[in-house]
Amino acid sequence: MYEQPTWLHELWIAREALWGGFLTSVQCSALAILCGTVIGMFGGLVLTYGNVWGRLPFRLYVDLIRGTPVFVLVLAVFYMAPALGWQISAFQAGAVGLTLFCGSHVSEIVRGSLQAIPRGQLEAGKAIGLTFRQSLGYVLLPQALRQILPTWVNSSTEIVKASTLLSVIGVAELLLSTQQVIARNFMTLQFYLFAGFLFFVINYAIELLGRQIEKRVALP
Amino acid sequence: MTHTQTATATPALLSIEGLHKSYGAVEVLKGVDLSMQRGNVVTLIGSSGSGKTTLLRCVNLLEEFQGGRIRLDGQDIGYSEASGKRVRHPEKVIAQHRAMTGMAFQQFNLFPHLSALQNVTLGLLKVKKMPKDEAVALAEKWLERVGLLERRNHFPGQLSGGQQQRVAIARAIAMNPSLMLFDEVTSALDPELVGEVLSVIKGLAEDGMTMLLVTHEMRFAYEVSDQIVFMNQGRIEEQGHPKELFERPKSARLAEFLKNIRF
Repeated sequence: MYEQPTWLHELWIAREALWGGFLTSVQCSALAILCGTVIGMFGGLVLTYGNVWGRLPFRLYVDLIRGTPVFVLVLAVFYMAPALGWQISAFQAGAVGLTLFCGSHVSEIVRGSLQAIPRGQLEAGKAIGLTFRQSLGYVLLPQALRQILPTWVNSSTEIVKASTLLSVIGVAELLLSTQQVIARNFMTLQFYLFAGFLFFVINYAIELLGRQIEKRVALP
Repeated sequence: MTHTQTATATPALLSIEGLHKSYGAVEVLKGVDLSMQRGNVVTLIGSSGSGKTTLLRCVNLLEEFQGGRIRLDGQDIGYSEASGKRVRHPEKVIAQHRAMTGMAFQQFNLFPHLSALQNVTLGLLKVKKMPKDEAVALAEKWLERVGLLERRNHFPGQLSGGQQQRVAIARAIAMNPSLMLFDEVTSALDPELVGEVLSVIKGLAEDGMTMLLVTHEMRFAYEVSDQIVFMNQGRIEEQGHPKELFERPKSARLAEFLKNIRF
């Protein structure tokens, strides 16, 4: 007699596909957050302290990317890269798109927090004989980084959510893997809920991590 | 006038000649000449907008100046003349010169993410390249001097305004500057906290520290200064010994200024 397959049974069958999707989502998000943060730190510094020739390209980059939907950005990289003679995989194209998006946001976060530091801090650094670089490293950035932490966590979770858009260019991240599993067993509600739960787990882990760091670096 | 002092055997520690400074079209210093001997305490007074804080800030180049010359201990500060052209010193040289002066600010400007002790040791470790134990010992010595040794591990947010200002003075003085600059260091303090900061400065003056002050505390200026400089509209209007200057002002502007001041 035919037995109705249970959800747990189907989950067991799909475990490898879903695990692979989960890992892909984590990987491309982590890569984008990491590279985007590096770009953003640099961009924020240039936007705050750079001369006009440094600020201009970053201002253009930030305004352009922030004013464009991530979806369009991912598609643009995916289709434009080969047209420009750059052969990259869908995963790479997606990671580049997310990185550009993350970098533009972090640039503005860093700029905002650096500009919020009272001018007297840099002057006090100068007054004891610190060079600009030393002031930056020992006085300004330690204060700015404490400021950006909550907003940076927020941006990072946005990147994880935006990584679902990579399904459109055929990257088998968690959402696309889930859709493929559903196409096989038609358990739409169960598997979408499960995917949602996994995304929540990733973001909640980032939030917990952020809160831990915030607690550790909090000033009395 | 004090210009005759420069002719004596000891060269001036600080000499300012024809200092001009403008913000865009607004000229705030219109040719200032001032010289200070080692161990002297000179106080700049004048109404707000007269240029006294700007003058002080030019000495350690927190403000750029467009004309004139500042020499500290025989060295040109900020700019030097090279074949008739005015050249700004490279940042490294400027940073070294800034370390020769100490500065205390109206708003204290302690580093909020560092403890009182770390505020004082930062310059010693990174600018003076002192070994850590030596820097800590020196910082503790100065924190004790300003009466805050037991608060060395407190952060600025945990200290009162007067305590923060005393830490800030310790931070500046621990660098062993040849000249201390005090920019209205009591103006942001509650009246009952002013005394503790002034007594620290007075103690330093008695030790022979060379100091250039901007203050509105006239009684304090009277007691502590060797020379008072009255500034008016970007120029030095009158200068002299406190007693002479306060009791027998020559210029009408100074007489007017003193009339409106409470001692």
